Amino acid sequence: MTTLTYAASDSVTMLGRNLKHMLRYPSLTLMLIGQPVLILLLFVYVFGGTMGAGLPGGSVAVGGAEGRADYLDYITPAILVMTVASVALSTAIYIAKDATEGIIDRFRTMPIAKGSVLTGHVLGALIQTAAALAVVLPFALLLGYRPGAGVAGWVGAVGLLLLLGLALTWLCLALGLAAGSVETASNSPMFLMLLPFLSSGFVPTDSMPAGLAWIAENQPFTPVIETLRACLDGTSPGADGWWAIGWCVLVATASYLWARRLFSKVRAG
Amino acid sequence: MSNHTTAIEVAGMTKSYADNAVLRGIDLTVPVGTVYALLGPNGAGKTTMVRILSTLTAADAGEARVAGFDVRREPDGVRRSIGVTGQFSAIDELLTGRENLKLMTDLAHVRGAEARARVEELLARFDLTDAADRRAATYSGGMKRRLDLAMTLVSRPRLIFLDEPTAGLDPRSRRGLWQIVRELLADGVTIFLTTQYLEEADQLADTVGLLDDGRLVAEGTPAELKAQAGGETLDDVFLALTGHAATPRKEDDETDDELEEIR
Repeated sequence: MTTLTYAASDSVTMLGRNLKHMLRYPSLTLMLIGQPVLILLLFVYVFGGTMGAGLPGGSVAVGGAEGRADYLDYITPAILVMTVASVALSTAIYIAKDATEGIIDRFRTMPIAKGSVLTGHVLGALIQTAAALAVVLPFALLLGYRPGAGVAGWVGAVGLLLLLGLALTWLCLALGLAAGSVETASNSPMFLMLLPFLSSGFVPTDSMPAGLAWIAENQPFTPVIETLRACLDGTSPGADGWWAIGWCVLVATASYLWARRLFSKVRAG
Repeated sequence: MSNHTTAIEVAGMTKSYADNAVLRGIDLTVPVGTVYALLGPNGAGKTTMVRILSTLTAADAGEARVAGFDVRREPDGVRRSIGVTGQFSAIDELLTGRENLKLMTDLAHVRGAEARARVEELLARFDLTDAADRRAATYSGGMKRRLDLAMTLVSRPRLIFLDEPTAGLDPRSRRGLWQIVRELLADGVTIFLTTQYLEEADQLADTVGLLDDGRLVAEGTPAELKAQAGGETLDDVFLALTGHAATPRKEDDETDDELEEIR
């Protein structure tokens, strides 16, 4: 076998290990999927009647079913983004657990493909992301979400969600390796679940105070959510699309380099 | 410098973490097919030594060849030749014993019937067949250590590093592990082990190196060292050569090598 097939084979071995972990630790997987579902229910049924009436162009009565339906349409892209973030968070926990248990030291003294441990985690997270989206999206449809996207729109939306997953997973792997303990690793990436609230995901940014609006308009989640919204509506995302892709590629590349660097210095204990 | 009769060759090795010098110039040679025991108290630099020789940490200065490969320039050659069982359990607790060993055969690119045979053979040899399909998290300390070592042996390394292999084990498990070390030696495997237990070095080692505060203060066969210091036991030797006892105090157990971790 060549170096490349060894690398692929070792990555698949590591992926198999990670998938077994997910199946044997179902409470974490369920929590990851349950979290965005709960937020969706909370925002649609508790806040939705009022929030929907306040959306731009909204002339519906406060507290009505129409408002809830409008708000469901408005926040579903943000909920999908939170689903991706939620899965990425778990990789920080998994990698921190690996690092503190000494098994990474074992892998590092073996003649295996260098990146395979991290690649295995990334592949595992992408599979889990796809599985989580396959639960959350139908759930939104069940509540009455009706996107107007054609084939191109769906391809764009799914592609962007997976690219976002790639970026956030590498970021969480780096955060997990930097954490030094499983406890820290389960807290330090939490900001990824909060940032979507400070974006255009739940309310239009121009309804926020000036300073906050500036942050919301310029943080990475806003172009990602706007692009997703456009794709799912079947419209063109325009410049937001390039910003979204650019942010994802930037975060993925920087985090990849950071994670690789941290991985070579891991020390159990 | 190196040839097929030398398993490990170290010259002038130093390592510091921040202002803390952990290794202050180590020279040693381990012939193929022998057991070398690095004996010393907590914080003496034993684990750092193993980490450098097993390519996990880079030394600040000095040369080291392991199985004929330079640890700095040819780490992959070293990794193909060695097996390492560290101080911290390096098993996957969410997997079963059998799955842990299967993980190792997969990573060693051994497949099919040969892989299955190797897994079953190691399970039997380490008395883990009955527990093979239980998650490793349910194993006792001794069983975890046995599984850890079995995983190290999957790739059939000719040179094995054991970092405090019996720390925390009960006397029965400890003797079982000694027996395994003797069997490996009979197969011609070279073993480099670290220990705080004088009895362990006395029982197993062809050569004992006394490591104290980052320096190798004495080296020889257990008999030579005892003769040199005029003592009955290696305890006497350690006391005579370093002015303090080697056996760690109980309360130090938790601070194991913490000094070495300061960076």
